[in-house]
Amino acid sequence: MTNLELQKIANEVRKYIVRSVHSAKAGHPGGSLSSADLFTYLYFEEMKVDPQNPDDENRDRFVLSKGHCAPGLYAALALKGFFPTEDLLTLRKLGSFLQGHPDMKKVPGVDMSTGSLGQGISTAVGMALAGKMDKKDYRVYTLLGDGELQEGQVWEAAMFAGFHKLDNLVVVVDNNNLQIDGCIEDVCSPHPIDQKFEAFNFHVINIDAHHFDEIRAAFKEARERKGQPTAIIAKSTKGKGVSFMENNSGWHGKAPNDEQLEAALQDLERIGEALCLK
Amino acid sequence: MSEVKKIATREGYGEALVECGKEYPNLVVMDADLAESTKTAMFQKAYPERFFDCGIAEGNMVGVAAGLAAAGKIVFVSSFAMFASGRAYEQIRNSVGYPKLNVKIGASHAGITVGEDGASHQCNEDIALMRSIPGMVVINPSDYIEAKEAVKAAIKQEGPVYLRFGRANVPVINDREDYHFEIGKGTLLKEGKDVTIIATGVMVNSALEAVALLEKEGIDAEVINIHTIKPLDEELIIASARKTKRVVTAEEHSVIGGLGSAVCDCLCAHAPTPVYKIGMQDVYGESGSAGELLKKYGLDGQGVYEQVRDFVNKK
Repeated sequence: MTNLELQKIANEVRKYIVRSVHSAKAGHPGGSLSSADLFTYLYFEEMKVDPQNPDDENRDRFVLSKGHCAPGLYAALALKGFFPTEDLLTLRKLGSFLQGHPDMKKVPGVDMSTGSLGQGISTAVGMALAGKMDKKDYRVYTLLGDGELQEGQVWEAAMFAGFHKLDNLVVVVDNNNLQIDGCIEDVCSPHPIDQKFEAFNFHVINIDAHHFDEIRAAFKEARERKGQPTAIIAKSTKGKGVSFMENNSGWHGKAPNDEQLEAALQDLERIGEALCLK
Repeated sequence: MSEVKKIATREGYGEALVECGKEYPNLVVMDADLAESTKTAMFQKAYPERFFDCGIAEGNMVGVAAGLAAAGKIVFVSSFAMFASGRAYEQIRNSVGYPKLNVKIGASHAGITVGEDGASHQCNEDIALMRSIPGMVVINPSDYIEAKEAVKAAIKQEGPVYLRFGRANVPVINDREDYHFEIGKGTLLKEGKDVTIIATGVMVNSALEAVALLEKEGIDAEVINIHTIKPLDEELIIASARKTKRVVTAEEHSVIGGLGSAVCDCLCAHAPTPVYKIGMQDVYGESGSAGELLKKYGLDGQGVYEQVRDFVNKK
């Protein structure tokens, strides 16, 4: 798939993020938007997954360790064909399978139930370990927030993964620099992130989370790296694509009202139109 | 009188894991730097390729186990009950319980019979924590034989199971031909008419010791072994309570949230009956030998006898 095609899909993912969070009247648009290009690349280019056979034991796995960004994951899964896109507007509503945080028992394509920060990475490590034990070729991907790195369990998991040389594991950090209470540097800085992962025997790649050439190159490099897991530190813009949400921690966990939804969709339509002219 | 054989329940745990290793090629065992103590080292020696020591990081261990289970493994994670159920509580709740993954928590060194290590290591709250998790099966075997059978049953049971084992050598009380273990089914060990003693774990032996002393006072006690605290054998408990009209629960655990609470939940809904709860009375333990501590906290045969006698005579 070309970068342009991926950009168009990512823009559709972003539209569904703001629409579903608006419909739910609650949820996390900021981090979902900053991860939208990563979700898109993973599901439309990188991972071996089949929407018709979501439980295939040889599939690649994805664990959304920053589970609150479920709107982005759900949008990517729906666009990939795991379930109808119309269902996205049932997000967080009573009776919907689209819970506020991912539920592997309910959503086709979701490989692990997450939501409590720091836990997803450990489960991804377990899946990668199982792949090694069973001599299977599947790869395991997990996406973490940068604020999430404050959880001690992340580093327990990194220690274990590095020690066991799990080269079938890729840890992606969405480094949007904001958490609920403000800038990660002001709350409790996890920097230097790359050096920390290196210290735990990870191969580390720093990229721009919104640049598909860099994303593509990083995942390729990770696949070729043997004998150690890879951490991709993806520098991103929180709220990416919606001008008034960008770099604003206030949009971490808040739903847009009707006017704000319109403004957000206008921003994304403009981006979409520009992509069509390319 | 011949000497009663004494073996720790954790020995049964380690042996059963090894015995099941061959039949279940997808059985994986993990520990957090306590393999010699929890007895998972037995499995490590027999099946090193299926054993992982996660180091002193219980939260991650439970998460890795969840991932392994999601990829088709049956996983046992082990540590002392304090760290397995306490430190890793939220990982068990969210990464194992919520997605109903096939992870078994084999927690050893539960209760005050940890002994000399003292209060920081004496977990008297694990049953309360674990039984509050939806869908979690909670088993507290009374001896070495029951521990082995519980492990085998847990492997056959799909989904999360919490198994509680002890450090101390305790009498083997189930060494008989007709012994049968079934998850969720209690065992009527002795019939009686004046009071029902519902005991779990090491307290089953204390209850049996108390029976002889109670008989001398003319008190005919019924004794039930509840090895599965969740799901609880409500039928057996209700029938006995209706017969004797007085119930005493006995557990090496806090009286808050454990077997006693589970029995009260059951009886107040179906057969309101006065209940006295023997256990740790909302206090921390302390250093001492297992035997000394059981005596001090009223959990040995004499302690159970005295508390049952007073409860029955109080009216």
